[in-house]
Amino acid sequence: MKTYCVEDILPPDPLAIDAALVERWLERFIVNELVRRRGMSTAVVGLSGGVDSAVTAYLCARALGPENLYCVRMPYATSSPESLEHAAMVVRALGCHERTIEITAAVDGYLRFEPEADGRRRGNVMARTRMLVLFDLSQKHGGLPIGTGNKSERLLGYFTWHADDTPPLNPLGDLFKTQVWALARHLGVPREIVEKAPSADLVRGTTDESELGISYPRADPILAYLLMGYRRPTIERHGYSSAEVGLVHGRLESTHWKRHQPTTAMLTNTAINEFYLRPVDY
Amino acid sequence: MQASVAAVQFQPRKGEIEANLDRIGEIFADLAREDPPDLIVFPEASATGYFLEGAVHELARGSSEYVDALQRRWIAAAGPARAVDVVLGFYERDAGTIYNAALYATLGGAGARLRHVHRKLFLPTYGVFDEQRFVTRGRRIGVFQTAAFPSAMLICEDVWHSICPTIAAVKGAQVLIVPSASPGRGIAGPEIETVGRWRSLLCSAAAEHGVYVVYAGLVGFEGGKGFTGTSMVVAPDGRIVVEGPPFEECVVRARIDGEAVDVARAGLPFLGDLDSVLPDLLLDEELPLPRGGRAAH
Repeated sequence: MKTYCVEDILPPDPLAIDAALVERWLERFIVNELVRRRGMSTAVVGLSGGVDSAVTAYLCARALGPENLYCVRMPYATSSPESLEHAAMVVRALGCHERTIEITAAVDGYLRFEPEADGRRRGNVMARTRMLVLFDLSQKHGGLPIGTGNKSERLLGYFTWHADDTPPLNPLGDLFKTQVWALARHLGVPREIVEKAPSADLVRGTTDESELGISYPRADPILAYLLMGYRRPTIERHGYSSAEVGLVHGRLESTHWKRHQPTTAMLTNTAINEFYLRPVDY
Repeated sequence: MQASVAAVQFQPRKGEIEANLDRIGEIFADLAREDPPDLIVFPEASATGYFLEGAVHELARGSSEYVDALQRRWIAAAGPARAVDVVLGFYERDAGTIYNAALYATLGGAGARLRHVHRKLFLPTYGVFDEQRFVTRGRRIGVFQTAAFPSAMLICEDVWHSICPTIAAVKGAQVLIVPSASPGRGIAGPEIETVGRWRSLLCSAAAEHGVYVVYAGLVGFEGGKGFTGTSMVVAPDGRIVVEGPPFEECVVRARIDGEAVDVARAGLPFLGDLDSVLPDLLLDEELPLPRGGRAAH
């Protein structure tokens, strides 16, 4: 007699997405949150040349029309010329507005007072300077900056706090990096952008994988299973090494603070967001 | 017994009760101009939006306030002669207590009449939901007579517990009216995963008990959460008669007919079976039920 038996308790493909559904959903999100809720029609997206900002720009262009999308390239002196070219490819494909604003003078203007700053600090200054530009240009155009952070980097804490995470709308924040890649292919983002090794391009030659110590195709399923509530030994029995699971778990557990607002001392029973609870759209 | 029903996929403006009532008035006018239905169902929390957190204290109202407001708008839309039944999801304040509720009222004609208020029993308080923190749960499922059908209302998660449709059906309901606000989740397939779950739940409830299900889903986004809509009418044989698309404001309409209830129950007499077996099941002393007392309303 045939026996049918499945002992695997983990869902086999926790990262499966239907990209067409996600596209429709996120375009509606942008229209509803930006236009209907906030009465604005203009989006400002910082284009790094990477896949996250490219996908964000594609979604905004489709949701709002390219005439309502301002893409901004903000290179620093050490930024890769390839990143600039890839960002330009997105602008050409979408037909949206484009600005290129060199942030070198602004960044160096501060860093000359802190010449000993290491790569991490310099990268954070660049990221925060870019956000300053995006918020200012948003005000100029009567729109909002749209965030480009994905779920993988949010969960791994791989972003600059109060920089990459500050835009008031974030369409990709619940999509893992590998899901962003799938969405990018569906949207027709140029192959060069989708297939290149992801990099924050803050320090020349580094990639996300070399900095994190694990690739997104390996990290994303581990993150997905951990968030669902599966235990580490269970995940390790399914093709992920103890070192990989430990690394991902460690980053996840040590970065909860990065996914929250600043900690405020609570002194009264009307403390904001502790007792005085009002939704963001109220 | 027949009735024309309209489930409205409504997108409220957060916290703007008057604006939402005015928009409901516009929908009344559209429906009255076309082919006025006998029953119009608006989703859960249509008067205010769903995620209110502490603002529910500022926005909860008494049911009579809404009945008066709806009556004025219906008469303005359809004139004083024509009557209509309306279901509206709202946050209710009653004697200082706040509920997530739905009212059933007959408007127009001889004056507005509140026929029933259902207070949501199962208040989701997990993940994105935090209802129990802000509102109090209801305590019973009421079956009430309308012009056409004995009916019951269940709000959103109430239907996810199969005992609720069961109790409504055993108490005589032939129509289950389900106002809902369901934030969509699940992107693995071509359809939003939660929409599939809803469809399966509603079809099962209809087919098991031989009842119509009229489901009205909220739409729009609140703080990044997108309400799915997909309002539908399910026939007593479990077949979806009509279903609205996700995320869009629209009206879905169908005619419901007592004959279909008779046919479904003749073909699959589960409700009759349940009537005879249920007492035995409930008398089982191993069940964690209170004995010798009855909960207040």
